[in-house]
Amino acid sequence: MTTVATPKPPRRQSRLPFGRVGLWLFVGIACFLSVIPFYLMFVWATLPGAQIFTVPPHLWFGDSLVSNFQKMMAATDNYALRQFWNSLYIATLSTVTTLFFCSLAGFAFAMYDFRGKQYLFGFILITMLIPPLVMDIPSFLVMNNVLHWIGTPRTLWVPGMANAFGIFLMRQYIVSALPKSLIEAARLDGATEFGIFLKVVVPLIRPILATLGIVTFVGSWNNFKGALIMRLSEDSTMTLPLSLRTITGGASNVDADWGATLMMVVLTVIPLLIIFLFASRQVISGLTSGAVKD
Amino acid sequence: MQKHLPLTPSPPRRRWSYDRFQQRFAPYIFTSPFFILFLIFGLFPLAFSLFLAFHLWNPLDGLGNWQYVGWENFALALGAEDQFWVALKNTVWIGLLAGIPQHLVALPLAFIINQSLRRWQGGISTILFLPYITNAVAITIVFGMLYSENLGLLNYALSVVGLGPVRWLAQPDLVPVSVAVVVFWRYVGWNVILYLSGLQAISEDVYEAATVDGATKVQKFFFITLPLLRPMMFYAFTLTIVGNMQLFEEPFIMVGQAGGSGGTALTSAMHIYNVAFRDLDMGYGSAMAWLLFLAIFVLSMINNFLFSRDGGRS
Repeated sequence: MTTVATPKPPRRQSRLPFGRVGLWLFVGIACFLSVIPFYLMFVWATLPGAQIFTVPPHLWFGDSLVSNFQKMMAATDNYALRQFWNSLYIATLSTVTTLFFCSLAGFAFAMYDFRGKQYLFGFILITMLIPPLVMDIPSFLVMNNVLHWIGTPRTLWVPGMANAFGIFLMRQYIVSALPKSLIEAARLDGATEFGIFLKVVVPLIRPILATLGIVTFVGSWNNFKGALIMRLSEDSTMTLPLSLRTITGGASNVDADWGATLMMVVLTVIPLLIIFLFASRQVISGLTSGAVKD
Repeated sequence: MQKHLPLTPSPPRRRWSYDRFQQRFAPYIFTSPFFILFLIFGLFPLAFSLFLAFHLWNPLDGLGNWQYVGWENFALALGAEDQFWVALKNTVWIGLLAGIPQHLVALPLAFIINQSLRRWQGGISTILFLPYITNAVAITIVFGMLYSENLGLLNYALSVVGLGPVRWLAQPDLVPVSVAVVVFWRYVGWNVILYLSGLQAISEDVYEAATVDGATKVQKFFFITLPLLRPMMFYAFTLTIVGNMQLFEEPFIMVGQAGGSGGTALTSAMHIYNVAFRDLDMGYGSAMAWLLFLAIFVLSMINNFLFSRDGGRS
């Protein structure tokens, strides 16, 4: 399979600048294609709806940002910002609780010896093999027929508070980064176990907390299917991605108000871009360190 | 009752102390949230869905009002209703269209970046990783606009070089391709990152030893890089298979709930969603979800087999 696309390894660069140019071209095109849809969404969000689809296309910013914002508010009966808040609320709660419970469990698995530890940890790893799709129907039924939580934000952040991936990531990091003698020392100083976690461990695992935090926030912010299934479908309870689909009625609907739609696309993507541009290195290295160490 | 103490001296009763108690039970308490949550939102639902796969039930009828149908739901999926197979075929097809090019592009990209552009690695990988982190709904809408038949940018570009408009989202055999492009676009960077970290885990010493032995660069790539990258390739392939088999948001947003014209982008996840949440046939939906789980499992096993066999040979 790999034979097809094997890159010619660069020959001596001083003699053959063409090889070097070819490499840059390949990587350059890849980067360009990665970024261009973002550029277009920002450009389109500033164009009046009628100018978004024209021949020849407009590829530079216009002056309709404010009017598109107003149109977006109108198209959502003034609920757009409320929906932004809903997404933010769910993602924040999800992140805070996940960080707390996963680091607590990861700490226990990394630093304590207790009976049944291997089995419990093994069990947690095995649960990672369940494809999320299998959980869709039964979790809807639990929320709908047992807990009667359908339509509430709880459906989205409570089940994932302590999840296998987070516990695994935390455990791997704590095992490799913190010595056990640390908690012995804290114990001699009279700290309780929970006190050790809070005052000694948490400050020392900030990097991996940042990684898991961002991953959780982004995952929760982007959770479209969950919101769809759990029926956060009232104007006031919708999350942003769900609302985005509602105001366009799908991507192929030509009659949609594209100015308003693109404004909401930008609103949906901006928090992710901000987080990512500040912390991309952290996320990338943290995620892959979890992947290789296994 | 026992007023008289036994004559044999019993070992001194250990006094209960909060310190000892909390030291002993702390790890259990610290790990318990996962198990409590898994019981409520994992194990019980899983068992429930397995139970439902053998029943006919509409959730509006309330708990208890189900009707046992045996293997009928499974038989329906595998035999009588061809939608199940159509959706599975679509899913695998879109998965291949998106998945194979993903790795064919990601591996050389990672190799080049690691080999020749190391100084720029941080910036480049940030850019390539960007699509992975964005919202599927938002980005699918943008792609939908690019695909627009008369006024989309893609057809405009084609018209500039004199090619006729292509009906990206209307022609049944093109719809899966259009969806696969979005999936490809979103996950290529993620695979580059995986391969990059795999490449960097390979020690320089191995290459140096090979250089001393007179290996060419091509030989080094095929006989050192690829074999040592195998664990990461296995991991990346597995993630691609598991992810692509559950594809939902991109086709759902791009061509709608029914899978577009001809239903060629109706994936298994969408079909299950329609049956369970639109038609409220929870039993049939559950049965199909378990069958899809089985399909994912089998594909992962095949992947596992291919890698372990090759791994043994070299």
